Amino acid sequence: MTILDITLFLPLLGFLALLLVPKDRPDASRTMALAVSLLTFVSSLGLIGPYWFRSPQGFQFEQNLSWIAYPPIRYHVGLDGLSLWLVLLTTLLTPICVLVSWKYIEKRVKEYYAWLILLEFGLVGVFLALDMFLFYVFWEISLVPMYFLIGVWGHERRIYAAIKFFLYTFAGSVLMLGAIIYLYNRTGSFDYSGVVAMITSGRLALTWTEQILLFLAFFIAFAIKVPLFPLHTWLPDAHVEAPTAGSVMLASVMLKMGAYGLIRFCVPMFPAASRACSDWIIPLAITGIIYGALVAMVQPNMKKLVAYSSVSHLGFVVLGIFSFTQQGLDGAVYQMLNHGVSTGALFILVGYMYERRHTLEIAGYGGVATPAPWLSSVFLMTTLASIGLPMLNNFVGEYLVLQGAAIANFTWAVFAAIGVILSAVYMLWLYQRLFFGRASEEVSRHMWDLSGREWAAMLPLLVLMVWMGSYTQSFIPPISAQNARILDLSKAGVDFRVDTRTARSAEVARVR
Amino acid sequence: MSANFNFPLPDEYVRFLPEITLSAAATLVMLLDGVLTERSKRALAWFAMVGLSLAVVACVYAYQFPGTAFNNMIVVDGFATFFRVLVIAVGILTVLCSESYLRGERAGPGQYYALLLYSIVGQCIMASANELIMVFIGLEISSIASYILAGYLRDDRRNNESALKYFLLGSFATAFLLYGIAWIYGVTGFTNLTEIRRTLMTPETAPSISLIGVAAALMFVGFAFKVSAAPFQIWAPDVYQGAPAPVSAFMSAGPKAAAFAVFMRVFLTAFNPIANRWQPFVWGSAILTMVIGNFAALTQTNIKRLLAYSSIAHAGYVMVAIAADSEIGTAAAMFYLAAYALMQVGAFAVVTYFVRQGERYTSVEDLAGLGYKQPTVAAMLTIFLLSLIGVPLTGGFFGKFYIFKAALDSNLIWLTVIGLLNSAVAAYYYLRIIVVMYMHEPGEASATAPPVSPALSLAMWGAAVGTFVLGIFPSALLDFADRSANLVK
Repeated sequence: MTILDITLFLPLLGFLALLLVPKDRPDASRTMALAVSLLTFVSSLGLIGPYWFRSPQGFQFEQNLSWIAYPPIRYHVGLDGLSLWLVLLTTLLTPICVLVSWKYIEKRVKEYYAWLILLEFGLVGVFLALDMFLFYVFWEISLVPMYFLIGVWGHERRIYAAIKFFLYTFAGSVLMLGAIIYLYNRTGSFDYSGVVAMITSGRLALTWTEQILLFLAFFIAFAIKVPLFPLHTWLPDAHVEAPTAGSVMLASVMLKMGAYGLIRFCVPMFPAASRACSDWIIPLAITGIIYGALVAMVQPNMKKLVAYSSVSHLGFVVLGIFSFTQQGLDGAVYQMLNHGVSTGALFILVGYMYERRHTLEIAGYGGVATPAPWLSSVFLMTTLASIGLPMLNNFVGEYLVLQGAAIANFTWAVFAAIGVILSAVYMLWLYQRLFFGRASEEVSRHMWDLSGREWAAMLPLLVLMVWMGSYTQSFIPPISAQNARILDLSKAGVDFRVDTRTARSAEVARVR
Repeated sequence: MSANFNFPLPDEYVRFLPEITLSAAATLVMLLDGVLTERSKRALAWFAMVGLSLAVVACVYAYQFPGTAFNNMIVVDGFATFFRVLVIAVGILTVLCSESYLRGERAGPGQYYALLLYSIVGQCIMASANELIMVFIGLEISSIASYILAGYLRDDRRNNESALKYFLLGSFATAFLLYGIAWIYGVTGFTNLTEIRRTLMTPETAPSISLIGVAAALMFVGFAFKVSAAPFQIWAPDVYQGAPAPVSAFMSAGPKAAAFAVFMRVFLTAFNPIANRWQPFVWGSAILTMVIGNFAALTQTNIKRLLAYSSIAHAGYVMVAIAADSEIGTAAAMFYLAAYALMQVGAFAVVTYFVRQGERYTSVEDLAGLGYKQPTVAAMLTIFLLSLIGVPLTGGFFGKFYIFKAALDSNLIWLTVIGLLNSAVAAYYYLRIIVVMYMHEPGEASATAPPVSPALSLAMWGAAVGTFVLGIFPSALLDFADRSANLVK
């Protein structure tokens, strides 16, 4: 029993306990959910220890127990620099989501918190699973609570959005299941490290077709989740229709499942295919960056605007991953965290405003700075973080991704940088329309400043924006160390005799 | 068949003990029905339960003496025991579902339980048949009892339609099977599966492939009808929709499992030598069944009909396992049928509870808001539906996983891809039911939902717990299936 197991199973216990709370005591459910999620967060803080005080190799807190004897499916979990911060992000955001929903969710309170806590279980599990079967199990488990969160507590078109969300992800993931089984039939193991070792050492020799097809089966599942243009269409619906906490968990954590999968599975397991396919993946990522930003710009609905901004931001993550450079990968992972913090904060703030004014239309606001000065300051800071102002978190991630992209191919960086500029345009314009100008009578009557509970939910995120933007040393070393290993793996079996392609790739330079 | 007649040994009777127990119980139920007063007739349900439970014990006991009986007519092995216990378990769940339903409909329970038990006798014989004549006898016992059960409420028009359709089409299909049996007897001189296999294996004795092919095709038609595999699935929706809800629960699980048992036994034993000839047909039928079942279910508004199409689709997944033509495939099919029986009967149990007297509420929309009026029932149905979708930690997921693993093992890559995509399509119509239960405001039907009767609630809990056990700790059953999959050859 390690601290990792505790972090993983506390939410599951919390979920079961919440089911036992009587239905007519909503406050008991709320308190219990808050207690469970805070406890989980505290326990997850213990995970940082090894990474801050020494720099460990390999997986930490590893636990490897037999679950099903044959086929050999194991409860194999462990933590590395890639999953560390994603787990912490999840455990931090869950109590925040509980706080955010405190007043907003008034009907079916018990069920709501039960699903929210179960969602945490699934998400933490996805980032920790080192057995591919177990990974798939957690991947699907996380789907069900979110489906209910959107479908029951969402806005008007919630049912459509919930089903679309479920079907998109499910359709993608069944192919991944097929690929996992195929790999098992070839290797006799579901163990992640074992399979990677077999592929790297060449003991499992996949033909080119096999590699490409397996890569695609994994890739499509992850690309839908990320979402990569043009598979993103479920995202605006799901984000807009979900209740605030649902949007936060979706944007901040669930999208990261896809990016995490790309780094954890696609790149190390199918290095040659990954590199070959990056020729069309990168253009798609860049298209996503620019397309997402342009569409965000014209949205009259502020939640939709934030949703499309996610498409744009996640494009950077994919670009970073498939640039196959240390900087690009580091930036991608860092950007995953940054997006989790700042977009999560944006969704929370949008939710606060909706709770007051009961509209998501940007036109319904204007001059909010007058009645709610603190709200507008917090929003401003989040906006600036989101557009990548130096000293705030997104700047670091975007910079690293752009640097990585520039090393690999300068043209990519040029196009991707357009996205950075556009993000400033749509976010600042949004800010201007919401907060500046004269407050109409409606606005001044309905808008009031942040309450203590609302501050409590926002404050950790604001602190993180500054911390992650100004003292990256706290966060990046474990990520870098892990990414260096991934990058090493991604060279296995790859033919670098690409001299004819001129020295446009950093890899080529290094190999020579 | 051998001319010298051996008098059966005691062990051979032990091997036939489950069928004997069930027949005795069924006959007793019928006799008691004549003597008991109207009030005490309710106890017949419990009597039937006792009979079924004893039969389970008998199955386990008989398994201690594996081997053949009655001149190789039946065989008791792991495979037979697995399916015997499975169909009896389905019977137990059906009895639990039927109790309150029959009371609501004011229908006499005596003949109902007798017929149910006889039908299970037939299925047990099918499961342990090692001989085409026995297959046919078992199938007929099982089918004729189910024809009557489908029309049990004889004043109900829908029941009548269902029974008549089932009977006419069913007998037509059985005739194909019988013709196939006659044909195979004609060309090989045997009806014993092992002997047929031996004849086909030996080049000197093997008849021409076209003759064997015709026989196999005729029998395929018969079996495909019974398991509702395309293109012989048309009857299933009408019959399941029209029959009394607990009978639909029974028919979609018990007879289907038994039919798959003989299907596998015949095609993987007797016709194993020509596997490469029939495999493409099973392959095609599997795809057709999955696609037709899933896509037709998408537009259904009646929940019984929807579950009927879903049951067709699930037959398609089992066909995938058979197409794999391997021991893993057989084990996967066995495991899947067990998981499927639990989730399908479980879902039908909820339907049985919900339709109320005269089956008034059978539309999916009627379930609106059930999640808030009857949270436990709705949660149960959600579990069964998630299992039917194939969400991890449920039996349905593990079964599917195992089937596709078997298919990939046999290099059926495209079949696997199509099957996997089909399960994504299926998610849509199952989700729709969940949507209605949790995301629509309660309607009249769920507002007036009565409390759940203890028997029905036992059935639901049993099925739900079983679904989770198969999903989280599948090892025990899987091991058994793996060990039993090497059919008598």
